[in-house]
Order: sequence, then C-alpha cells, then structure tokens
Amino acid sequence: MNIDFNQNHFQLFGLPACYRLDLSSLEQAYRQIQAQVHPDKFAHLGDVDKRMSLQWATQANEAYQTLRRPLSRARYLLQLNGIDTAEETNTAMPADFLMEQMEWREAIGDARAAQDLDELEALARRLKHEVTVLQQQVASLLDEQQAYSSAAEIVRKLRFLEKLDHELGDAIEAAQ
Amino acid sequence: MALLQIAEPGLSTAPHQHRLAIGIDLGTTNSLVATVRNSVATVLNDEVGRPLLPSVVHYGRDGRVDVGYSAQSRQSDDPHNTVVSVKRFMGRGLKDISGHDSLPYQFIDSPGMLQLKTVAGPKSPVEVSADILRRLRERAEASLGGELVGAVITVPAYFDDAQRQATKDAARLAGLNVLRLLNEPTAAAVAYGLDNGAEGTYVVYDLGGGTFDVSILRLSRGVFEVLATSGDSALGGDDFDHRIYCWILEQTGLSLLSARDTRLLLSKARNAKETLTDHGIAPITAVLGDGFVVDLTLTSEIFSDISRSLIGKTLQPVRKALRDAQLNVDAIDGVVMVGGATRMPQIRRAVADFFGSEPLTNLDPDKVVALGAAIQANALAGNRSDDDWLLLDVIPLSLGLETMGGLVEKIIPRNSPIPVARAQEFTTFKDGQTAMAIHVLQGERELVSDCRSLARFELRGIPPMVAGAARIRVTFQVDADGLLSVAAREQSSGIESQIAVKPSYGLSDGDISRMLQDSLHHANDDMEARSLREAQVEAQSLIDATTAALHADAELLDSDERQQIDRVLDRLNATVASGDAADVRNATEALNHATTDFASRRMDKQIRTALAGRKLTTLE
Repeated sequence: MNIDFNQNHFQLFGLPACYRLDLSSLEQAYRQIQAQVHPDKFAHLGDVDKRMSLQWATQANEAYQTLRRPLSRARYLLQLNGIDTAEETNTAMPADFLMEQMEWREAIGDARAAQDLDELEALARRLKHEVTVLQQQVASLLDEQQAYSSAAEIVRKLRFLEKLDHELGDAIEAAQ
Repeated sequence: MALLQIAEPGLSTAPHQHRLAIGIDLGTTNSLVATVRNSVATVLNDEVGRPLLPSVVHYGRDGRVDVGYSAQSRQSDDPHNTVVSVKRFMGRGLKDISGHDSLPYQFIDSPGMLQLKTVAGPKSPVEVSADILRRLRERAEASLGGELVGAVITVPAYFDDAQRQATKDAARLAGLNVLRLLNEPTAAAVAYGLDNGAEGTYVVYDLGGGTFDVSILRLSRGVFEVLATSGDSALGGDDFDHRIYCWILEQTGLSLLSARDTRLLLSKARNAKETLTDHGIAPITAVLGDGFVVDLTLTSEIFSDISRSLIGKTLQPVRKALRDAQLNVDAIDGVVMVGGATRMPQIRRAVADFFGSEPLTNLDPDKVVALGAAIQANALAGNRSDDDWLLLDVIPLSLGLETMGGLVEKIIPRNSPIPVARAQEFTTFKDGQTAMAIHVLQGERELVSDCRSLARFELRGIPPMVAGAARIRVTFQVDADGLLSVAAREQSSGIESQIAVKPSYGLSDGDISRMLQDSLHHANDDMEARSLREAQVEAQSLIDATTAALHADAELLDSDERQQIDRVLDRLNATVASGDAADVRNATEALNHATTDFASRRMDKQIRTALAGRKLTTLE
C-alpha cells in the first residue's frame, strides 16, 4: 500500500502543534476521520480496501492515543523538535526528586500492606495534584518558552509519576 | 467498492438490492439469530415460533446430531453425549476449566484446547459450536429465503485471542462468512442506544450463562466509543446454578453422584433459580437413579446468602473498568442490564446499590445482543441506512512478549482502541546468536506463568553479531475483530518472520478443512455453483462502484491511469458472464489492484473535505 502518511499527528487532525491542545477539537477530528476510514465501513469490500482501511484506522488510533494523553503528547512534541526524552536510558535525576520517589514508594507500600483504602485514595489525590503542577510547567516550557531540554527533564519526572500511579492503581485494586 | 462508498456516504451501494446479513448471539446457555427487515431489527424464530435455541448439542449413535430443545431433553438420560455450555470450553485447555471433574463429560486433554469424547467420536468445542451455528444459519436461510452475505458473531468483550479465534473458526466451519466479531456489551449498547436515542456515558453490565462483561461507553451523536471494558470469562448464571446444586448436596448429605444424577440436579437448580425470580420461593424435588428422593425448598433469603460472593465477584471488574476509564460512579448516566442472569433480583439490587440508581431493564436481556449484532451486520453488509453511526471498540487484555527471567513486557495495553499496531525492538543477548524465540502472551500479570500463552515462534537466520548489535523489530497488529497477528524482522538483514497468531490451541487450517469435509454430508450444497454466484456478485459490485467513482472523481487520474483502469474494468466486464469462478475472482482482484491508488487518493480527498472547516484556520 502506498498511502501518503507523511503528515504528523497534528497535521492529520488539522490541529496546531502545541501542548495546550483543545481536546474536544481533537476528539471531533478523530471521530470524523474514523467515520471515513474505520474497517466497519469496508467490511463488504475487497481485500485491498480492507487492508487500506486497517492501516488508516490504525494510524488514526495511534495519532489520537498519542495526542490525547498529556505525557505522550509532550514526548511527541519534543520528538518533532528533535529531542529524544530518553526515559529508559537517562535516569540521572536530581537527588531531591529521587528522595521524594523513595518516600512515595514507602507510603504506597505501607498503605498497601495495611490494606488502607482511604490512605491509598488520599495518596492518589496527592499524586494527581503533583502531576498537574508538572504538566503546567511542561505547558509553559513547550508552548511559550520553547525550552525543550528543560521540558524533557520534566517529561522524565512525569514518567516516574506515571509508574507510581500504576502502582497505586494496583494497590487500590488489591485493597478492594 | 471503497470508491462508491466514499462518493456517496449514507447511501446503499445498490438501492435495488438488499444484502441479507444476520447477527448471531452465540450464548453459553441460549443462542439467537436476528436480522434487519424493513429497517427493523428482529429476532428470527424457529418453525414453531420460539426465538431461543438452547446451546445444547446431542450426538447420537446413528450419526444424528440434535441441536436445541431436542438435544436439551436428552441431557439427563445421555449426559456424556449431550454437550451443554460448550462456550466455556472454547479456546481452553483442561487445566483452565475449574471444577471440570464434577462435569458429566469424558474430556480428552489435547494441546491447547480440550476435546469431548462422544459416540460420534472426539469433538472439539469448535465443532460443537459450529453445529449450533449451522442450525442458526439454516433457520436464517429458510426464513429469509436467500443467500447470506455474512454474519456478525458476538463474543464476550473479555474473550482473549484464543477464544475469539476459536469462535471465528466455528463460524467458518458452519459455512458462515464472518463480517465481524462484535463484543456482546457493545452490541447491546448499539441496540439500546439507537432505540432510545441515548447520549452520555453508559455502563453495560452483561451477565450471561457463563461469562461476565462490563463495558463503559460514551454515546455521542451516532458514535459508540468504548472507554474501558473488563470482566470474567468464566463467571455467569451457570455458577449460580452450581451454588444451588452444592447447597442441595449439603442439605441432603449426598456425594459422588452419577453423571445422570448430576445433570438432573443441575437442571433442577436452574429451574429453582428461575422460579425464585418470579415467586421468591422454589420447591426442589427429584428422584435419583437409586430411588433417593430430594425434597427441598429454596427461599430468596437462602439464595441471597449462598450467591453473595458471586455477586461481589462481578463488582470487581466494574470498579476496574471505572478506574481504567478514569470515571466515578456519579459520571455514569445509566446502567444497561444484559443477559438472562440479570433477571435475578439480587443482581439488580447489588447494581442499583453500587451505582446509586436503578439499572435500565426496559429491554429484553436475552435478545438485545442479537439485535445489536443484526444492526451491525446490516451496516457491514453495505445496506447503509440514513442514520450513519460508528463503533469504536477496544482490546480487553494487554498483549506482551516474554523477556529475560520469565517476565512479560507489555506491548499493547488493555483498553487500547482497535485496530491498533505497535512495534518494539529487541536485541540478542549472546555473541553470535542466530535465532530468537518470540513468545506472545495476553494478560495483565507480570509473570509469563500468570498470562495466557498465545503463540510461540522463532526468528532464524539472524546474522552473527556481538551481543546487543542485532535489532529485531516485532510488530503486533490487532484488527477490528480483536484478533492478533505478529511479525518480526531483523532490521540490518531484513530477515522476516510473519505469523497470523494461530493460538496454541492447535487448530490448523488443515484441521479446519478436514472438519469441513466431515460436515459436507450435512449440507450437500452445490459448492461450485455457489462459489461462482458469490464471485459474480462481488465482481458486479466492484464494477458498479468503480464506474460510479470514475464518474465522481475523474479529475484524480491522468489519462494513462484512466486508460489502465478502463482496460482492467472492461476485462472484468467481459469475464463476469463466463462460467468460471476462478477467472471472475482473478479479474476482480486485478481491478481491485488497479484502483488501489485511485481509492487512496479519493480517501485522502474525502478526509480533507471532512476536516475542511478546521484546516483553513490551523494549517499553514
């Protein structure tokens, strides 16, 4: 198949490439595209059409999932600007941040061991607040200051917090 | 044909011709078939007016196969040869079936998927399901009086890849063209949503005979978007019957029953459960093989007591789905109840308590899934109606690969919208390593041993390099049926290994064709004539579509391209009337290929038009 898919995810949805994205416009554009390309629209057609539809719909989902979530959207914007966030390899985080991480882990571990659902949910709310603060920093670094390497460092921090959030989710599930 | 559809969205491909398509709810306890007639979805009844087909198959000594009510009547006197609730065995090995030793079957544990020993020989759950599906296909053909274009078969949303693949194989075996595997709660949401013009965020709570699903959907202007799904593919009404059965044994002090007595008491347990729903009290009487008399009374209070933990078990997936969708109960606009088991007042009360509002029960919980499947089948067959709508579904369980130390690396997380593809790079860990084993798993746990193994394959011929130098890119593609295929490629050498994941249950294409051969004496159709007719219908549709597309978007082609398409089109036109199915198919495929670029350009144009309003302001 030779589908022209050189445009980036923002261009695909006809949206400006920025972090503070209008999510309802994104959703609307996503639905408009899926309404055209989804495999359900091609089920009665030949194999060529089905394959093409599968590729388009897969791409549209990939683009939507990337832009919908703040962390992956920031990562993608950095990538478009030639910055690799290197979250798996660059683990040189500030010492105070790593200390905080250890404290988080202990707090979650303790609440989990005690099956303390209220405490776990309180931690989840606190974590959400911290994530929001970092997201606001990323927004300003990306959209106003174009300070990409500083933004990349915050993205790496957010990745840590995302892992904490998964851990909290598992602990809450186990406590219910 | 993509061509025509793009040109005229919302119009039927051929207004004069309604393509017959059906929706099938292949249930644990009962199955149904429905279709859309005169724009109304209706369940097709059997010759005496009954909508349900009990999902029971009886194999007789004389080769006779009974399906439905007639098979059901044999389950007490011939339990080994009467298969009930076969859906629980689809894509499952013996070790996956808890309590299989209390079931009245002779199991054969074959690799991947178990089989059942009957007088008609060993039967795979795929074959038994195919017998049920074949009966429904015959019912539909008799009732609609024509050939079916295809069918939408529903599956529990929480079915994994092996269970989905087994269901699709069963449909193929029954001679059905599968237009789509559709998740049961999504089907219910379509039927409910279109019927009620519902908008907002809805939960579908679907407790069937043997499976439990919960899906959270956002319904907005004709789009049904699944936000999260969860469930338990081995929890259903059967388990409530089993609790009552265990209570009977406790009360009477019975143990070690014969297969016949077990089946008898299980049916009595089910009757009691149903009686309780309407009357609040149920007598249970039975005479066992040795003359022992069971005479008990089951009350609502006792039943609430013995079923409490089962009901609690359904609420865990509900919480998980809400968390995955990042929603609280107060964000839910309504809870749609689906599946016969949701008739139990205990279930309705528990759901009402959990969500703080009464669930929606103004639809027939037995029929709604089949009706939704029929509506989807009608659309997929190309009978577009005025109200255009779109389904966006998700994959229920994460997919991953085995890495060092028996750990699973997740590649596609659960609740990703489908279709979805994801690629990941791996490397060798030894100098000179030339082969790499790829083990594909499905599930949420971190250890390989806790997830379901879907497939193993080997990538050979990696050029010898130092450890860590090879780059192996593994691509997962999940299609709109929720089925997975995996390809692996060594980047520097381009060596490729591609498999459609034939899950470990080991039903090869060879097995399928053997089973098809075996079943031929059931349906002595003139296969060749049928094949030619199908090829001609498809060819004619493509001709119509291409002609319409050339008319609508001629400016997208230069004169060389136009000539090329015209030539292939003429050839197909000339071939259609010939008597050879293979020729017609080849010429159709040729036209398909010749119009690929054209179709792609038209798709592009269409998307640009769809986004036109926004693009003016935001694109440079």
